[in-house]
Amino acid sequence: MSGIPHDHYEPKSGGEKWIHSRLPIVGLMYDTLMIPTPKNLNWMWIWGIVLAFCLVLQIATGIVLAMHYTPHVDQAFASVEHIMRNVNGGYMLRYLHTNGASLFFIAVYAHIFRGLYYGSYKAPREITWIIGMLIYLMMMGTAFMGYVLPWGQMSFWGATVITGLFGAIPLIGEPIQTLLLGGPAVDNATLNRFFSLHYLLPFVIAALVILHIWAFHTTGNSNPTGVEVRRTSKEEAEKDTLPFWPYFVIKDLFALTVILVVFFAVVGFMPNYLGHPDNYIEANPLVTPAHIVPEWYFLPFYAILRAFTSEVWVVQIASFVTGGIVDAKFFGVLAMFGAIAVMAAVPWLDTSRVRSGRYRPMFKWWFALLVVDFFALMWLGAMPAEEPYATFSLIASAYWFGYFLVILPLLGVFEKPLTPPETIEADFAEHYAPVAGDAKTLVNPAE
Amino acid sequence: MNMIKATLLSAVLALTAPAAFAAGEAPHIENIDFSFDGPFGSYDVNQLQRGLQVYTEVCSACHGLRYVPLRTLGDEGGPSMPEEQVIEYSKRFEVFDADLDDFRAAIPVDHFPGSNLDTAPDLSLMAKKRAAFHGPYGLGINQLLKGTGGPEYIAALLSQGYTGEEKEQAGVTFYENTVMSGGWIAMAPPLYDEAVEYEDGHANTIEAMAEDVSAFLMWTAEPKLGARKQAGFTGVVFLTLLSVLLYLTNKRLWSRVKGKKTV
Repeated sequence: MSGIPHDHYEPKSGGEKWIHSRLPIVGLMYDTLMIPTPKNLNWMWIWGIVLAFCLVLQIATGIVLAMHYTPHVDQAFASVEHIMRNVNGGYMLRYLHTNGASLFFIAVYAHIFRGLYYGSYKAPREITWIIGMLIYLMMMGTAFMGYVLPWGQMSFWGATVITGLFGAIPLIGEPIQTLLLGGPAVDNATLNRFFSLHYLLPFVIAALVILHIWAFHTTGNSNPTGVEVRRTSKEEAEKDTLPFWPYFVIKDLFALTVILVVFFAVVGFMPNYLGHPDNYIEANPLVTPAHIVPEWYFLPFYAILRAFTSEVWVVQIASFVTGGIVDAKFFGVLAMFGAIAVMAAVPWLDTSRVRSGRYRPMFKWWFALLVVDFFALMWLGAMPAEEPYATFSLIASAYWFGYFLVILPLLGVFEKPLTPPETIEADFAEHYAPVAGDAKTLVNPAE
Repeated sequence: MNMIKATLLSAVLALTAPAAFAAGEAPHIENIDFSFDGPFGSYDVNQLQRGLQVYTEVCSACHGLRYVPLRTLGDEGGPSMPEEQVIEYSKRFEVFDADLDDFRAAIPVDHFPGSNLDTAPDLSLMAKKRAAFHGPYGLGINQLLKGTGGPEYIAALLSQGYTGEEKEQAGVTFYENTVMSGGWIAMAPPLYDEAVEYEDGHANTIEAMAEDVSAFLMWTAEPKLGARKQAGFTGVVFLTLLSVLLYLTNKRLWSRVKGKKTV
């Protein structure tokens, strides 16, 4: 699978050869598990495993929850209470599932920002990055629809607000909104299609994850130095890498268990801390909550959505130029999706020839500011839409776009990057003392 | 590495950000040290039974508990009432039976009835839907550290929230209550000293009764709290153990290729 030279699976016994000549699945598994992995990967390279775990956790708990859930406006809320009270271990399944979504997003944000700092998105890994962004979009859609299912107040009003965004698109907006809702407003038809899609999308995500892994197994993993593994010969490649099993499997599992300790503490001791209390009130189309707030993982983009009001001059210009087609509401929607689009386009916006942020003295500071900006937007998204938060949101949104559209392209021109090490082996030797007695680096217990 | 540490630190700080949801003109609510607070807390059976008595004699006149099955009054970790007592207690409620097309006395498999008054909200989940986020700047610090939440809100609303002021609007009397959002509530002060005579001779001041019924309503909202905390604790212990083993395995494994860190 990988372009890095390494040993491939050789069927030995008669039975193995019989299977291998018909379906080389054992070989596929061997090559996937034994893939040469840069040996200098740090602790920010563990999030992939955490994400894979989250997907499995969400599907496993979700399938059982679906057995007890009723997607009907009159029964959905009560069926969730039935799960919480009468289904054996139901309260645990539901809390694992709701908090599992939070863990999923913590991991995906860490994973994305890892990629942004170490330049993992740069050639030749653009397709890996784009597929990753598609997975992230699918995750947001799935999480949003899942949040509607308990049919609480925030479910209902969140669905009303978010589907309303599509209505802001000129001409085709309203037909799209009607199609999404299955009618003129959020109702039983909406709940039914959201339930159906909430069950479907995770499997689409699983398929995209396979493509994601396939893509980066073809290019090889990136690594903290951003220096590629040498491919000139197997010997040289082996000096830069270690097989995924057991070195990185054990390392990743260790990291996963540490994270799960925290996760189980949250699920066991404060499972509702990250949720909105209003969602324990059954949906009521006649009563609008004082503040409609999305789940925490949508807040940064929600802040961007709200930042562009009709008082902002950019919005006024856009409205004037387009003859009113792009109004403040539509501009906000464009900004929200644009914030993700610029992130997806980053492989072509970053002009620096050096991949890793580790060797980019100016980039480091702009990137740190982007991280701060992200958390600032998250906080602002939870604040009411009034001053001074509106101005702060506008500044923070402007930086988000500025980072991707102005700073990254210019940095490649103005920045003087440091010289990265020649090879991964050299970087490794620089940071770690040689192993006493044995200078040979490759140890493959499978051989 | 510093960059990563900064990222992780901000991630930890951000966990408090969602709690800023209900930021606003939240009333000041005193924390109560309930027996079910903290990672090892569990319900006090006597308190739940006293709370049930307050609910039955006072609240149930108008309010309901439609999501709570009567049989769960016998659950361990809950009020733990003996079976005969649950059967006897159930009989005081009338439920509509679709098969009989008539009302009949409730049996333990039935739920508590819903509210009698349209304006009286169902109380099953009141303790969870009023969890709010207490603490300085609406950050949920008190919720995180002390467990201040819905039960404290209910207790405060029933006792010190009332100021004694009344007003009439469109033929409805409203009572000033500093805990209620908006400051006015349609519910007349439901409790007065010695409103309920406890069998165990426990204090029956307004504050004591409010605290007992709040604990009971926390149970109706989160009946599996004890089992959940136990499962969480088991998970934490075993995963900690596993992570130590994996740490040692990882260290041993990598010692073959990686020497001491030099830079």
